[in-house]
Amino acid sequence: MSRRLLPSGDAALLVECDTLDEVLALHDALAAEPPAGVLELVPAARTILVSVDPERLPLESAATWVRRIPADSAARRSRLEAGVAATSVAATAIDEAVVDEVIVDVVYDGDDLRHTAGLLGVSAESLVARHQAAAWRVAFIGFAPGFGYLVSDDWPFEVPRLDAPRPRVPPGAVALAGAFAGVYPRQSPGGWRVIGRTDAVLWDPASPSPALFVPGRRVRFRAVDRA
Amino acid sequence: MVVVEPGPLALVEDLGRPGLARLGVAGSGALDRSALRLANRLVGNPDGAAGLEILMGGFRARFDDEAWLAVTGAWGPVALDDRPAPPYTALRASAGAMLEIGTAERGVRYVLAVRGGFDEPVTLGSRSRDTLAAIGPGPVAAGAALSIGARPEASVPLLDRAAAFPPPAGAVTLALMPGPRAEWFTDAARTTLFDAEWRLSGQADRVGARLTGPALERRVPGELASEATVPGSIQVAGDGRPTILLADRPVTGGYPVIAIVAPASLDAVAQLRPGQEVRFRHA
Repeated sequence: MSRRLLPSGDAALLVECDTLDEVLALHDALAAEPPAGVLELVPAARTILVSVDPERLPLESAATWVRRIPADSAARRSRLEAGVAATSVAATAIDEAVVDEVIVDVVYDGDDLRHTAGLLGVSAESLVARHQAAAWRVAFIGFAPGFGYLVSDDWPFEVPRLDAPRPRVPPGAVALAGAFAGVYPRQSPGGWRVIGRTDAVLWDPASPSPALFVPGRRVRFRAVDRA
Repeated sequence: MVVVEPGPLALVEDLGRPGLARLGVAGSGALDRSALRLANRLVGNPDGAAGLEILMGGFRARFDDEAWLAVTGAWGPVALDDRPAPPYTALRASAGAMLEIGTAERGVRYVLAVRGGFDEPVTLGSRSRDTLAAIGPGPVAAGAALSIGARPEASVPLLDRAAAFPPPAGAVTLALMPGPRAEWFTDAARTTLFDAEWRLSGQADRVGARLTGPALERRVPGELASEATVPGSIQVAGDGRPTILLADRPVTGGYPVIAIVAPASLDAVAQLRPGQEVRFRHA
């Protein structure tokens, strides 16, 4: 695993990895035992932003800490095997370390389901079966509050985005793009291919744990007849 | 306090909601943070009490009960009951008094603090409005009644007038720190960043401040996978023009960040007027 440290102001550094898998492994290792003064870890597709309070943890010390994390992902495996959920390093009181896996009930009747299955050369029924069978994991959040990018080792597909994004995608739309699955937390424009819908509340700013999908959380989808 | 005229945009802001970027939530909060801190100190509030960020002025509000208030940030005419009142000063409004904040002459964002702070609902630990994510209290509408919190323990400081440093009218120089993707740009672009005369474009809000000037040329072509940004990140879009990302920015961005405005310079960005000249120096 290679790892580059890039400057990001006087209170953060950006750690770059070669692949998303390396990001996930390193994120888990960093989140397992953050030193005092680490305020937040923000994973993305190839990077993790490490935010610190420089008065408690100088950036040079944070850099040393990041460099010393072993290159193998043993920490990740052992933590997953132990059933420990991911990140809880935030400076806030939000307790998100309790839920290890969430199950999201889906009505698979999305406008793009059949066409997307056709693009991938499978039947709609088979695409739905694979979507449910896959063990998903929230890799990172982007685009909007609570919009999780879900990845799975069991998911073989690369799904092209819509040529023209929809101006309005309804909240709860279950969608695919690239190697990712996602669910729209609220109505927004969007270019992902919609295969279903859920009643699950993805984002509730009034709740002490506002996001259903937080980095590291495991997710499974389950077909239901009616949302 | 009843808002009679909110002006173009009046938002409740405190020091924001840090630490939630991994959930997709930006820090938000007052764009000119030192103006909020100063206004709060003038009326004896804790630094992070919620104030009103008032864009450009044209603001009028009535106090039903007596209150202490202070106006900082942008520089322009302030009047209490039609009598001119000094800005950057603790002012006592009697019951029924009308506060008027006129069009800003310097800067663009006034901060109004009241003793006790605005007691609006808290979302994710903050009373701030995040304009991009639509979190927190909505823009203040004409006729809105804003409740004021309990009087803080601290008294109104005896020294009730702050040395006023109104936002400058001329060129503003901002200190820059290296950005994570400086290497994605040509040497010429990195030199141009510091040599050129930039100007604030008309496209500037709480999400980002876009600058006009020469195009910054990329050395590395292609797409950048989205990555987390910090406030002050100077993101360069496909056309080569820089945008300074501000408090309500999307927490991840897909354009390379060439440099980062030092936190000490970031409040000055909040007060830039469209067309105003901006220069960069090394922090």
